[in-house]
Amino acid sequence: MQKQSTFRSPVLPFLLLTPQVAVVLLFFYWPAAQAVWQSFLLQDAFGLSTTFIWFENYAELLTQPEYYEAVLRTFIFSAAIAGSSLSFALLLAVMADKPLRGSGLYRTLLIWPYAVAPAVAGVLWIFMLHPSLGVLARGLRGMGIDWNPQLNGDHAVTLIVLAAAWKQISYNFLFFLAGLQAIPKSVLEAAAIDGAKPMRRFWTVTFPLLTPTIFFLIVVNIVYAFFDTFGIIDAMTGGGPAKATETLVYKVYLDGLLGGNLGSSAAQSVMLMVIVVALTAIQFRYVERKVTY
Amino acid sequence: MVEAQGFRRFVAHFILWIGIAIVAFPVYLAFVASTQDAASIANGQMSLLPGSHLIENYTKTIFVGSSGSTREPVGVMLFNSLVMALAIAIGKIAISILSAYSIVYFRFPFRMAIFWMIFITLMLPVEVRIYPTYKIAADFGMLDSYAGLTLPLIASATATLLFRQFFMTVPDELLEASRLDGAGPLRFFWDTLLPLSRTNMAALFVILFIYGWNQYLWPLLITTRDDMQTVVIGIRKMITTTDALTEWPIVMCTAVLAMLPPVAVVILMQRLFVRGLVETEK
Repeated sequence: MQKQSTFRSPVLPFLLLTPQVAVVLLFFYWPAAQAVWQSFLLQDAFGLSTTFIWFENYAELLTQPEYYEAVLRTFIFSAAIAGSSLSFALLLAVMADKPLRGSGLYRTLLIWPYAVAPAVAGVLWIFMLHPSLGVLARGLRGMGIDWNPQLNGDHAVTLIVLAAAWKQISYNFLFFLAGLQAIPKSVLEAAAIDGAKPMRRFWTVTFPLLTPTIFFLIVVNIVYAFFDTFGIIDAMTGGGPAKATETLVYKVYLDGLLGGNLGSSAAQSVMLMVIVVALTAIQFRYVERKVTY
Repeated sequence: MVEAQGFRRFVAHFILWIGIAIVAFPVYLAFVASTQDAASIANGQMSLLPGSHLIENYTKTIFVGSSGSTREPVGVMLFNSLVMALAIAIGKIAISILSAYSIVYFRFPFRMAIFWMIFITLMLPVEVRIYPTYKIAADFGMLDSYAGLTLPLIASATATLLFRQFFMTVPDELLEASRLDGAGPLRFFWDTLLPLSRTNMAALFVILFIYGWNQYLWPLLITTRDDMQTVVIGIRKMITTTDALTEWPIVMCTAVLAMLPPVAVVILMQRLFVRGLVETEK
């Protein structure tokens, strides 16, 4: 935890800490505390008077069917984004792990989308699947699908899942590749000598040894689907049509901004904090396991 | 590895090229669209090969901007994005290396309490406390300023943890040796620790630059003036709900320009990028 030999100074360590602590207090603890405080308040429509109402904001939130719909929607989004992006990235990583000519080039060509901003990824996919001028939408119409994400909620959800999963492929690919390269080749060779065919080797040796990576990536992808999709959703659909793409984070934003319902928005923020802390706790348990492994 | 012969190897190459095509196609399409004139995109029959309006479109985008919506040249937005990304990256590295140094190399009361106080911030992204943070920034008069754009995003523990981890691996003998040479804590930090941390700082810089450049929700709230917009916000505002007003060639030029700096950083500094990504997630 700390060095054996250290410096001693009455003031210097505090001086060194001041910038970090000041920023953290001002822009982290103070606003987080305010969010908790606000979630207990009811503000009238003009912001003139506030009343302390204990847990009524939470109670009201938990009686709204829309809230449960948003929770469910967010989990469906997470599952779809994590599922599609992880499986595709795993396939690519398994291929790139083979001793191939040009494997360095493959890696470079697959990792750069990490740097594309979510909102920009959203714009690229809107353009590609735009109902009247998108190149891919033309193809879909040719196949007899009446593609229109601006009116059809399912289409809008598909659009966002595609853009979000597309952007996340490179991240997952990179970690899968690192995980695969950490598996000792001797284990696989032993399995091959025992007569296991490549497919069987993958499912009985590689995949189990990769579970820590998979687990870690599932948590990261869920957090990504919760928060980083904000830019994609705002750029692509703005939560619509008819709330079909309104996730929990987007609902916090809309309720606070447009509805002016700060109390409810704050209560939602606090609920989100709880979810994130739970997810992070799961992740830390995994990290511990990796260390002792 | 074991037997990766003829046919299997061909399949692997094939799948990888399909993956690359899927990953690259949306960007290729954006580039193609950015070289066409508005009419040939609007009629829905866009060619899949680059057109002849490349220079014209990019010049208009950078120096004039989209006439319908944001009325601000994209050059200005790119500059704002650059300032924000650099300030976040450098600011985070600077304040975290100082605090990590203090926590690892000094003994003082409340050391662990302060460490935990910083550590907990890891858990909550800015999205969940967005309105109170906005209000604080507004109270400090930070709306539409570079300070408002960057300072709240600097509050994070990742970098502090990373430096702490690295300092723990630095041999104690170095400290004792420089102490024998008569060096004080600041001298040791500047002459010994900083040069040793150079690679870590560079790797972190790459990750934080991308993080800063791609920020969306916070700049969206904190900037109201057009000339303070970042490029990621600007592009969003160029897409109007009434389709007829969206100038797609300009939007796509902006998309390409918005992707260029962070993608270039990833490709040119690939080794540092991979290192930074793996280490910040540990």
